[in-house]
Amino acid sequence: MTDSKYFTTTKKGEIFELKAELNSDKKEKKKEAVKKVIASMTVGKDVSALFPDVVNCMQTDNLELKKLVYLYLMNYAKSQPDMAIMAVNTFVKDCEDPNPLIRALAVRTMGCIRVDKITEYLCEPLRKCLKDEDPYVRKTAAVCVAKLHDINAQLVEDQGFLDTLKDLISDSNPMVVANAVAALSEIAESHPSSNLLDLNPQSINKLLTALNECTEWGQIFILDCLANYMPKDDREAQSICERVTPRLSHANSAVVLSAVKVLMKFMEMLSKDLDYYGTLLKKLAPPLVTLLSAEPELQYVALRNINLIVQKRPEILKHEMKVFFVKYNDPIYVKLEKLDIMIRLASQANIAQVLAELKEYATEVDVDFVRKAVRAIGRCAIKVEQSAERCVSTLLDLIQTKVNYVVQEAIVVIKDIFRKYPNKYESVIATLCENLDSLDEPEARAAMIWIVGEYAERIDNADELLESFLEGFHDESTQVQLQLLTAIVKLFLKKPTETQELVQQVLSLATQDSDNPDLRDRGYIYWRLLSTDPVAAKEVVLAEKPLISEETDLIEPTLLDELICYIGTLASVYHKPPSAFVEGSRGIVHKSLPPRTGSSESAESPDAAPSGAPPSEQPAVIPTQGDLLGDLLNLDLGPPVSGPPVATSSVQMGAVDLLGGGLDSLMGGTGFTAPSAVMPANLGPPPSGGLGDLFDLAGGVGTLSGSHVAPKTVWLPAMKAKGLEISGTFSRQVGAISMDLLLTNKALQVMSDFAIQFNRNSFGLAPAAPLQIHAPLAPNQTVEISLPLNTVGSVMKMDPLNNLQVAVKNNIDVFYFSTLYPLHILFVEDGKMERQMFLATWKDIPNENEAQFQIKDCPLSADAVSSKLQGSNIFTVAKRNVEGQDMLYQSLKLTNGIWVLAELRIQPGSPSFTLSLKCRAPEVSHYVYQAYETILKN
Amino acid sequence: MIHSLFLINSSGDIFLEKHWKSVVSRSVCDYFFEAQERATEAENVPPVIPTPHHYLLNVYRHKIFFVAVIQTEVPPLFVIEFLHRVVDTFQDYFGVCSEVVIKDNVVVVYEVLEEMLDNGFPLATESNILKELIKPPTILRTVVNTITGSTNVGDQLPTGQLSVVPWRRTGVKYTNNEAYFDVIEEIDAIIDKSGSTITAEIQGVIDACVKLTGMPDLTLSFMNPRLLDDVSFHPCVRFKRWESERILSFIPPDGNFRLLSYHVSAQNLVAIPVYVKHNISFRDSSSLGRFEITVGPKQTMGKTVEGVMVTSQMPKGVLNMSLTPSQGMHTFDPVTKLLSWDVGKINPQKLPNLKGTMSLQAGTSKPDENPTINLQFKIQQLAISGLKVNRLDMYGEKYKPFKGIKYMTKAGKFQVRT
Repeated sequence: MTDSKYFTTTKKGEIFELKAELNSDKKEKKKEAVKKVIASMTVGKDVSALFPDVVNCMQTDNLELKKLVYLYLMNYAKSQPDMAIMAVNTFVKDCEDPNPLIRALAVRTMGCIRVDKITEYLCEPLRKCLKDEDPYVRKTAAVCVAKLHDINAQLVEDQGFLDTLKDLISDSNPMVVANAVAALSEIAESHPSSNLLDLNPQSINKLLTALNECTEWGQIFILDCLANYMPKDDREAQSICERVTPRLSHANSAVVLSAVKVLMKFMEMLSKDLDYYGTLLKKLAPPLVTLLSAEPELQYVALRNINLIVQKRPEILKHEMKVFFVKYNDPIYVKLEKLDIMIRLASQANIAQVLAELKEYATEVDVDFVRKAVRAIGRCAIKVEQSAERCVSTLLDLIQTKVNYVVQEAIVVIKDIFRKYPNKYESVIATLCENLDSLDEPEARAAMIWIVGEYAERIDNADELLESFLEGFHDESTQVQLQLLTAIVKLFLKKPTETQELVQQVLSLATQDSDNPDLRDRGYIYWRLLSTDPVAAKEVVLAEKPLISEETDLIEPTLLDELICYIGTLASVYHKPPSAFVEGSRGIVHKSLPPRTGSSESAESPDAAPSGAPPSEQPAVIPTQGDLLGDLLNLDLGPPVSGPPVATSSVQMGAVDLLGGGLDSLMGGTGFTAPSAVMPANLGPPPSGGLGDLFDLAGGVGTLSGSHVAPKTVWLPAMKAKGLEISGTFSRQVGAISMDLLLTNKALQVMSDFAIQFNRNSFGLAPAAPLQIHAPLAPNQTVEISLPLNTVGSVMKMDPLNNLQVAVKNNIDVFYFSTLYPLHILFVEDGKMERQMFLATWKDIPNENEAQFQIKDCPLSADAVSSKLQGSNIFTVAKRNVEGQDMLYQSLKLTNGIWVLAELRIQPGSPSFTLSLKCRAPEVSHYVYQAYETILKN
Repeated sequence: MIHSLFLINSSGDIFLEKHWKSVVSRSVCDYFFEAQERATEAENVPPVIPTPHHYLLNVYRHKIFFVAVIQTEVPPLFVIEFLHRVVDTFQDYFGVCSEVVIKDNVVVVYEVLEEMLDNGFPLATESNILKELIKPPTILRTVVNTITGSTNVGDQLPTGQLSVVPWRRTGVKYTNNEAYFDVIEEIDAIIDKSGSTITAEIQGVIDACVKLTGMPDLTLSFMNPRLLDDVSFHPCVRFKRWESERILSFIPPDGNFRLLSYHVSAQNLVAIPVYVKHNISFRDSSSLGRFEITVGPKQTMGKTVEGVMVTSQMPKGVLNMSLTPSQGMHTFDPVTKLLSWDVGKINPQKLPNLKGTMSLQAGTSKPDENPTINLQFKIQQLAISGLKVNRLDMYGEKYKPFKGIKYMTKAGKFQVRT
């Protein structure tokens, strides 16, 4: 006899029949009927019509029947709220039952009935159950608070349940503690700002004690909670690590990974010279390796996390290469991850083994995997210089197999190898050329064309080869077209005599027959470059390229640090911070690794910062200029650069634009081409003018270092602040705003515990990090500090608009001052408007919004003005000469997205300019004018 | 936490759904079906699937997809571990875990799932506690229940949940007190063409079946505990004692459980108990290829290698194979190209051998991938790592239990490249 009998009644009167049975006098029949109802419910049939009849069966001593009815209630109460009220009385009564199992069951079920009306009746019984003598009831009640919060958060706060829940963290029973932590963590997730899990050394101690005694699931909750704690010094960090380490030997992989998270995070605080640091590193390797012998889906999650760990601390797994070797029957998602980690761990010591493996993989059946394996060989060559030769010969072997996709991948990676080691392996070009005909993927074709163009002087029939591609020019993808254009121009510059016809052909194809703006723009640039100054053309096109960086797909360091704090979570699987994908991320707090502290210094802990200042840090690190240039040039062929991390992309784009003015179009970026840098001939001024523009803009590259910074002025005199003198200024460096402060202690006592907070202001300026002054400030000592700012704070319109009220706290008192910030720190890097857009917008803004200003005593030429302003992110969109006057049309964008358009009239010989500003928010105009004046006069 | 669970069979029917919070429409599974379609094979479905509002985490066991739905940031391993626990529990309750059995016991399944999670938080996942709350169905009990009208829901407080030993219920009684331990080691290895080991490691477990009255306190010591430097313990093992004395000291759960699992890594020398001699050659010109493999014992410490099974995925170009084994049975499926040879025992005096020809698709070039040979075998009474139990003692109870230790070595993922 099995439960399948419950499914057999599919006659048309099924509901009717059940109804009759539910109302039967016979207990047994009733129970059978409830079972049938539940069975229908589990498979998704709608049996809600039976609600009153089922609820009637609730008043029973039979525990099974009660449970079944409860199951039913939980499922359908929502759709029958009025009926559900009928059940309340029974619940309240059951909460008083002498049997704790019944009490717990009642409180558990009540919480699952997601009906507002019922929740009111729930509060009293819940309060009692939270204080119940039986821990089983208490732990059930703790979870019930989380359920209730989900239904009606306000009610939970009003009733003070959150405080009761906090008290349960100190409960004597470890299971209760674990559930309280779990409930609080869940509630905290929807209230990121609330200090629900306000941990202090005492509560940490409680948690660590409970950690040893609670269930595996409880351990996960507690460990995840511990990971959010910020120990006050390295000693505390070490003692927590010591007590967490035993969890690494747990059979539950989630416990292990959560423990790894805590250790990875707190390790950051330990000094590397410490013996314990080394011990800890050694202890981390075995559990990670063990995770890889688990089921494939666990392996997958583990591998994604190991990928992060290997990037952060490669030393942990450097000897464990072999466990990442791929078994042929691993699922594909495991194979790809293993491969990725193999490359990260590749070093001179193990490269021979790795290469042998990779070569083996390249003969497997799965196409995706084979491709990635071939790419991996290329990456090894770039990463480990000593292996490059072997890698190249391996790749040649693979090309000999003539398997189409293997050949294409191999060519793509060989191109990268050429970029890394120029003039070393060109002997293989002949072999590559043999395979020209078999290439049908754009990336491979583009790579091959790049090689031919780059080494045109060594390939006898380079012109023939390129010509053969030219035949089907219009059928090629943009990537290939762009590449072909560049390659032929290179060829022409190297062998001008034979290839004149070819270059003309490609230029006309690109400029006249193509409707792709990128291609046209690039064609025009080359055309003009070649016709005006072939020598300059040679310098530009055949310029020496920077070497490509070793590892192109590393996660950006700040993001990596943030992700380390999220080990074991979905964020770590996707390698994105939760804010980038979690539904309704209501201002998720960015986590950051704790700073390394000195052993005895009582370092400033971020907790000391005023609660209003978000302890978050926007990941806003900009790659160094060299990298950026490298990337730009790289874009040519789209090497395996993973897309810029989501959080920073806008900033990076901005920076690229800044640089981009002249360079990117020349070097060809399929990704970024400044659309207005070059105007097609029929639209813009005569060609020479266009070219002039181009180089003008390129001139702006020199002023990249950041916008104008005013000298520091005293903001807070010492006499007003009990001896603390603060002077400062604002600056903007490649997208990051900061407040540069000079703090001087003019009192006779030591100052410490500094913190800073801003009042709400017009543009939402707020400190992006707490004020980091590590050592106390001795009398007559001065400390210089740069406080990073962001513009995500709360907004309130101030008068004057750029007024900023600041509060600074130290161990003596709190001090207030206000200062005016120059508006140009808010001009963003991507404030360049496209020409057409500019025209349209200018017309679109009503004339009454226009404001005119005079800038006097500024003896600069139009070009100097333009480049000076560009340094502060005011971009010249176009330049015109009207009746001897130079007109500059400029655009800028504020951090809050407001565009300001400007027309600057410059009379040669006269030191006065006329500035007309148009903006949808005219109140900013005056401040923009001030910014202009400041920038131009300094 | 965990929102909902859907069970989906291999033909794509959702045959059970359970919601621990509000109801999530089953249409969310469409994203899963999409991913399943893309993956072509069930094993290749990615374990984490994002959808616009939820995340789907799934495991594939016994031809059933267990798909968990989560909405907030929840540790994926937590969810996957829980799903494994669900599978184990079903197996524990019903002997097998299959669609038919789950459908047959749908009410019990539903009750069990309800007890396992509360609001998405794990509640009772230890098998002995669950069994106290909801008795597993047995034929006798079903008959008795039908006659007397009693139920399979227990009516006591699950006492184990509150004690410091949540894994053991109180008041256990047996007439025969016995404790058996199985030391089982699996070798994972990749052997290259020339027969040298690329990587080899041992995954070991000690599974226990303990049926002892009362609250026994056991200690288990090893002759060579230093082998165990990478271990995962059942929560019952006292970690401090292990750290300081290398002795396993624990109050065991009642019944079957895994006491510990361990890992002997590639850095220690792992003995490889068998070797495979192979000669597989395709020739460009002819449409016939030669195939010969021989299996022989290597480092077996004098024990017999049995249950040997050779499987190999042949390249697509192989149309058929005509082979003669010196012992055992062999089959070749021309559709899936899977060759399998059930060898049985290896007799060192007369090594098993499989020899013959392969017919290849005419006119095509020789296959570029060589088949990998997969090997399975068993060796009784041997733990290949050399691990040996020294003694097993019991404290806390007065009776004398029966004790027994068994050793076994098996092939895990044992692959020979050709």
